[in-house]
Amino acid sequence: MVSAVFHSSLDTRSAEARAPRVAPALAVSAANESLAPAADAAPARPGYDWRALTLKVVPPLVGMALLIAIWAALTRNSTNFPTPGATFAEAVKVFSDPFYRNGPNDQGIGWNILFSLYRVAIGFGLAAAVGIPLGFLIGRFEVINHMTSPLISLLRPVSPLAWLPIGLLVFKAANPAAIWTIFICSIWPMIINTAVGVQRVPVDYLNVARVLNLSEWKVITRILFPAVLPYMLTGVRLSVGTAWLVIVAAEMLTGGVGIGFWVWDEWNNLNVKHILIAILVIGVVGLVLEWTLIAIAKRFSYDDH
Amino acid sequence: MTSFIEVQNVEMVFSTKKGRFHALREIDLKVERGEFVTLIGHSGCGKSTLLNLVAGLTRPTGGVLLCDNREIAAPGPERAVVFQNHSLLPWLTCFENVHLAVERVFAATEKKEQLRERAQAALELVNMGHAAAKRPHEISGGMKQRVGIARALAMEPKVLLLDEPFGALDALTRAHLQDELLKIVARTKSTVVMVTHDVDEAVLLSDRIVMMTNGPAATIGEILRVDLERPRDRVGLVEDSRYTHFRKEVLDFLYTRHGHVERVAA
Repeated sequence: MVSAVFHSSLDTRSAEARAPRVAPALAVSAANESLAPAADAAPARPGYDWRALTLKVVPPLVGMALLIAIWAALTRNSTNFPTPGATFAEAVKVFSDPFYRNGPNDQGIGWNILFSLYRVAIGFGLAAAVGIPLGFLIGRFEVINHMTSPLISLLRPVSPLAWLPIGLLVFKAANPAAIWTIFICSIWPMIINTAVGVQRVPVDYLNVARVLNLSEWKVITRILFPAVLPYMLTGVRLSVGTAWLVIVAAEMLTGGVGIGFWVWDEWNNLNVKHILIAILVIGVVGLVLEWTLIAIAKRFSYDDH
Repeated sequence: MTSFIEVQNVEMVFSTKKGRFHALREIDLKVERGEFVTLIGHSGCGKSTLLNLVAGLTRPTGGVLLCDNREIAAPGPERAVVFQNHSLLPWLTCFENVHLAVERVFAATEKKEQLRERAQAALELVNMGHAAAKRPHEISGGMKQRVGIARALAMEPKVLLLDEPFGALDALTRAHLQDELLKIVARTKSTVVMVTHDVDEAVLLSDRIVMMTNGPAATIGEILRVDLERPRDRVGLVEDSRYTHFRKEVLDFLYTRHGHVERVAA
């Protein structure tokens, strides 16, 4: 019935009104209200696609509401697990003053996040500085590939925290040890993806370089680098994800200021509300890192933009 | 007058994982300056291999290739290649793709302004001046192939090597580009070696058609001289008895005498 109305209204409507994608939604709403006059009143101005927006926004909100509802139901009679309401009230308090400092072990959540991000940035930056050039070498030279691939296969699956004692032993301090752990865990995806990217540079492009007799510098800047960039950025994205996963665990063990330490500290204080807040914060920060890098990768992918 | 390109007793054996593959044997071919030669044969007969040898992208396992009396040891800008799949760099605009070639050949002797003019002129030559700022994915397949040709022409090569340049295009676009190519070649007086599997294309464009036997160990079976005056008109030629004769010669070679053992691939 709806479709019938849709067709007849299409026929009578001007071409102008036919164009926008919103037409089916309008027809449906027209059918719901009243039949004939509504079709005439269908706006000629190109409307915003509200239905698509609704489909995009509503389900995620429903999902979140469902989670909170289950949480609330389960904690209704609980004494040691906080309710959503109590947690929210606590979160407002925590975020109202994120940058306070009461000694080394009691600092605002803002400081904790910033310190964690700082460690991730250093460890990840070093990993990129070493891993990406290494990936290029592995991809470009067969010998280096054969030399390193057994080592990479062996070391890559090692749990992040297994590297921590080595860091503590070598650097004799907690902070560099945490950075070292980030470094070693986030380097693999960058090495591997860059190497694969270099190996997959289409032979045609390299033939073009040979026919044009391009200099080695031009080959690197005009052909290799742009061709490898999407692979490299995938590696970078995976690495940042890993780094953010690892920092929380590393900080739990090393202490100091940082979101991971904060979680552990609040566990020792039996402040579960703060732990829940920390989990949410860790998730949000990880998501923001991921989105940022996806946006960068999209900007530099040459095939579909 | 000595030949411009000379292929003397060339052998090509590839060593692959499955063992040795004898691709070409006893290839002897001479191409004169300004001549348009096509290589035709069933797929897998090594015609692209021969073109790559002339381009210098691969080295022969036996025999010698000469261009302008110098041995072909590596690819060089005097032998420009138009690749089968256009091979434009997707992250550069059409202009930048052409400019990359121009830069390499003329940067030592010319000013930046002149280089830009050359790149633009090459695009105009193939009627792609309007798309200079576009990236390859924004233009059609035929347009990409034109830019590929512009890139090759911009280097002012002594020889233009075309590897099935129109193979991936629809019939109408292909016909149009063939006509354009004929006009450009007439204007620039280029020497052209072109690989094709299209009989009509070969007869329409060539001065000589080099017909190759089937692989493995393919060689030149026959060479057909196409004595049709230029400029050639595709519509008029259809009813020309000489055209029909040349066409039949090629078809006869390909299908009667050297019919492919397997099904003929397109």
